[in-house]
Amino acid sequence: MEFEGRAFKFGDDIDTDAIIPARYLNTSDPKELAKHCMEDADPQFPKKVKPGDIIVAGKNFGCGSSREHAPLAIKGAGVSCVIAESFARIFYRNSINIGLPIFESPEASKRIQDGDMVRVNAEEGLIINLTRGESYRAAPFPEFMREIISAGGLMQYVAERMKKNV
Amino acid sequence: MGMTITEKILARHAGLDFVEPGQLIEADVDMVLGNDITAPVAIKEFLKLGLDEVFDREKIALVPDHFTPNKDIPSAEQVKVVREFARKYGIKNYFEIGEMGVEHCLLPEKGLVAPGELVIGADSHTCTYGALGAFSTGVGSTDMAAAMATGKVWLKVPPSLKFIFYGKLQPWVSGKDLILYTIGDIGVDGARYKAMEFTGETISSLSMDSRFSMCNMAIEAGGKNGIIAPDEKTLEYVKGRVKRSFHVYESDSDAVYEEIYEYDTSKIEPQVAFPHLPENTKPISEVGDVKIDQVVIGSCTNGRMEDLRTAADILRGRKVHPEVRVIIIPGTQEIYLQALREGLIEVFIEAGCAVSTPTCGPCLGGHMGILAKGEKAVATTNRNFVGRMGHPESEVYLSNPAVAAASAVLGRIASPEEVR
Ligand code: SF4
Repeated sequence: MEFEGRAFKFGDDIDTDAIIPARYLNTSDPKELAKHCMEDADPQFPKKVKPGDIIVAGKNFGCGSSREHAPLAIKGAGVSCVIAESFARIFYRNSINIGLPIFESPEASKRIQDGDMVRVNAEEGLIINLTRGESYRAAPFPEFMREIISAGGLMQYVAERMKKNV
Repeated sequence: MGMTITEKILARHAGLDFVEPGQLIEADVDMVLGNDITAPVAIKEFLKLGLDEVFDREKIALVPDHFTPNKDIPSAEQVKVVREFARKYGIKNYFEIGEMGVEHCLLPEKGLVAPGELVIGADSHTCTYGALGAFSTGVGSTDMAAAMATGKVWLKVPPSLKFIFYGKLQPWVSGKDLILYTIGDIGVDGARYKAMEFTGETISSLSMDSRFSMCNMAIEAGGKNGIIAPDEKTLEYVKGRVKRSFHVYESDSDAVYEEIYEYDTSKIEPQVAFPHLPENTKPISEVGDVKIDQVVIGSCTNGRMEDLRTAADILRGRKVHPEVRVIIIPGTQEIYLQALREGLIEVFIEAGCAVSTPTCGPCLGGHMGILAKGEKAVATTNRNFVGRMGHPESEVYLSNPAVAAASAVLGRIASPEEVR
């Protein structure tokens, strides 16, 4: 899997209320949610973002609520993946469970600037900054999580296992 | 090598004798929780599996509390999905309006969580039940869906941090202040992925309500769970509520902690967290002059009896400031009724407060007290992120109920001492 897009840079501790404000949580439709994605952090984001673009953030991205609407909104907005110095734990789980690729890389988080063109090779955990001619390493997923991702998400993983058990 | 209380509960639920931090386990859950925002997403995923039954009809709790009583048509539709699912699958613990409360006040009250149990909830503040000596943690809707089907959840065993509190509490200091102080010290990611174990003589002296407030906000430090080993107060609390047998665990004396923090609570004043992060705490004496427009007393952090009693003690015989709106939200129907019986509701209404039926409401900027541009609120809730209670340019200051009530009277963030 390879992703390529423009980087949208955000700071530390971007919380789930900034990713998708609670006032829009009366729906779980990713397309509806996408219209307000990152709105309280950057009101122009939903208009500017194009399919394939990449969110790059600082530490503790996705802290706050357990709302799966947060990764759903990001995925719905066409964002191909999120790179951060670190992720809040429920956001991390949710992203894996719904199949939004996320990469922890303090180096990439620091070096990539807003507007840089970035390519990510998921298998190798390699992040290439096309604008700056640099590359960075992302932490690889543990085996167990790779299984979930390769099944296409937690529910597919559960479905497969339930079938085998019966 | 010994284990912490968190490790013991996880080991037992994974069918193992021993676990250590970093280990991935698949654990049996004793309770799976969802609300009106997260359950519809989980139900949609669950239905895709085409199963006729959930793993256990008694071990799922569905609590519509965020936008209820339904604030608009989409919210009504969301609750309808949950209600119909509960009926169709015979879910025992679905709580309709009139019976429901804010989920994390409600589940312990109904005896749905016992010491030593493992609870996951599609709500980040599920960590509240650690106050009962249970392992409980917030997950997403897909985790909830998978658990409703299989009764299992994947977890990574967290390293534990130990927080020892000693010393006598200053007046007006509650569990809320201890946890705000802790978050102010370690930061909003200071316990990321980790277990926060609260212990020490001060914790033993705290009421269950204060302990719930503390464990509730473990997530605000990024924690996976907050936990307090059960003692007589815990057992007293669950008596008459929990009707099944349960296990009481405590950490071994040679358990391994990643870090140990010690706090002398005699030096801790009531705390206020300034916008826009719970870690921006200041002692009340250093707050300065902050004029406010609204006060909210309620939520899963501070919507319990102790909180309402404290607020009433300050508001009794006084009037709220003419330029401040005060909204008081009892956490559950039982708390509401008890407050009514004790005459607290009368105190609030005579003081000029609005009293609401249990709901999350303004805590997440849902309804029942949204802030306009530029407005400031003091709230006993747990989050003060940008736009949390309404307009992105509004501000939320987090405090305990005593500070909130005193601020309601004086129209600015104030110490309870100032109204005595
Ligand atoms: S009261 Fe607030 S923090 Fe608690 S469950 Fe409701 S919205 Fe979440």
